Amino acid sequence: MLEVTSLSKSFDGFKAVNNAGLSVKDGEIVAVIGPNGAGKTTFFNLITGVIRPDSGKVLFKGEDITGLKPYQVCRRGISRSFQVVNVFPRLSVFENVQVSVLSRQKKTWNLFTPSSRLSVDDTEKILENVGLTDIRDATSTALSHGERKVLEIAIALGGNPEFLILDEPTAGMSPEETSRCIDLIKQLKEKLGITILFCEHDMEIVFSISDRIMVMVRGSTIIEGTCNEVRCCQEVQDAYLGGIDVCLM
Amino acid sequence: MAGSFFRTKSLWVIIGLVILFLFPVFLDRFYIYLAAIILLTGLCATSLNFVLGYGGAFQFHHAVFYGVGAYSAALMVLKSGLSPWLGFVVGPSVAAILGFIIGLICVRLSKLYFGMLQISLGSLVWAIVYRWYSFTGGDDGIHGIPLPDIISSPNGAYYFTLIVTSVSMFILYRMIKSPFGSALQGIRDNPVRSEMIGVNVRQQQLLALTIAGFFGGVAGSLFVVVDNTVFPDMMFWTVSLELVIMCLLGGWLSFLGPIVGAAIIVILRTYVSGVTVYWALVLGIIMMLVIFFLPNGVLGYLDRFMKKKVRAR
Repeated sequence: MLEVTSLSKSFDGFKAVNNAGLSVKDGEIVAVIGPNGAGKTTFFNLITGVIRPDSGKVLFKGEDITGLKPYQVCRRGISRSFQVVNVFPRLSVFENVQVSVLSRQKKTWNLFTPSSRLSVDDTEKILENVGLTDIRDATSTALSHGERKVLEIAIALGGNPEFLILDEPTAGMSPEETSRCIDLIKQLKEKLGITILFCEHDMEIVFSISDRIMVMVRGSTIIEGTCNEVRCCQEVQDAYLGGIDVCLM
Repeated sequence: MAGSFFRTKSLWVIIGLVILFLFPVFLDRFYIYLAAIILLTGLCATSLNFVLGYGGAFQFHHAVFYGVGAYSAALMVLKSGLSPWLGFVVGPSVAAILGFIIGLICVRLSKLYFGMLQISLGSLVWAIVYRWYSFTGGDDGIHGIPLPDIISSPNGAYYFTLIVTSVSMFILYRMIKSPFGSALQGIRDNPVRSEMIGVNVRQQQLLALTIAGFFGGVAGSLFVVVDNTVFPDMMFWTVSLELVIMCLLGGWLSFLGPIVGAAIIVILRTYVSGVTVYWALVLGIIMMLVIFFLPNGVLGYLDRFMKKKVRAR
């Protein structure tokens, strides 16, 4: 579904992403892991068009989407959530998701029908799926951090994506919220058939839900494979764990 | 519950409109004039707030559209020899086109840079109008613009202003509540995320700026009706500043905030100017007080006050 080949980007000579590659098949959950500063977020930004790559190619469903603008990438079916909470602070929870749904349904040029009558069912379904129905009228600034992270995902779901990119979905969540969030991610794959690419620091989560893992170090892909392949790869242990000789998990 | 709330809201609007409609029955000519000025200034401030409060664009020189709308209407009436009513179509349209052009140049910049470029482009338009004696009348402006009989009397002008303002406000309200308005507010809150959910931010903003220009032009055309004159100071940048202050003072996150702000400023200006020449000083003090004590404006304050009261019960 997604095919990334030799993607590179440097900022003032610093190679943030250097020759990174990845392929994600339909219906998979793929994790990108790597130490802080490995370029995971930049890698996602390159795929979703926030930053233009210096070189390399991004193919989505066989189509070249390299260098498209973010809204164009989104319209092709790729949504993403952010590591740092990135919602619409003055809108209510419902409106946050509704904007996204309206945008996907290409209604944002409609000037005269009241929004309160449009896309309500679709929005409510998403809120129900992620479990935010109870607080749908709260302003997003009034939410807890965990709730905002879930809202973050809900907004991404508003685009009815085939492909979802989650940038550290559980960062800063309590253990309880984390386990709920993991259930949600699993459900998205099983119930809605969404292909998911995510990055995460918590190895327990990574190994429990991913089908495959890509390891990034200093901007480059060092291995892409199943959990077992990655777990026992010496290179990963060297780079990721600083050479401490332990088998992950 | 939402239904009954909506009904009470419309009820208040209707009561308000009836009162406004009856003004000429019990008020002097001067107050009718003042009310008309408040209405059209309020419309101008609301059209600014459409992009400022709801769109998050730093439209710092909105008076240009007000002035250009007024000039276009006046010149159309005066020089074309066509029906004067056509002036009221041409005025707003020219303002909308100008809104589109200035928007096209400014929209790629963000926040303060947008505002700075807007002020410079707007000032350019002001300078042209100010200097082009043969066409615009230069700093003299244009006086005694002939109008159709039905709107040339004070009451006629007032009713015309009231009707056009009400209809324009209604249209602006519908636009804010439409999906377009939702997307616009999304852009205000978070342009980066808006782009990520598939909104073409620049195009969306450009349309909003054009609409704002149009209604700024409507307000300008109404000024021609009420005052029978146009002059270059209508689009001097200090007028734009006053419009921004109206939005902040009344409450830029509420729909009626700017019109409340306009009422306060216009009334104060009228009476304070009679007492002292230091109107700008008074305006500055008001602005300071607003920033310190009413960061969400008068309506924002009332809104919070009402909510507190409801909770206390």
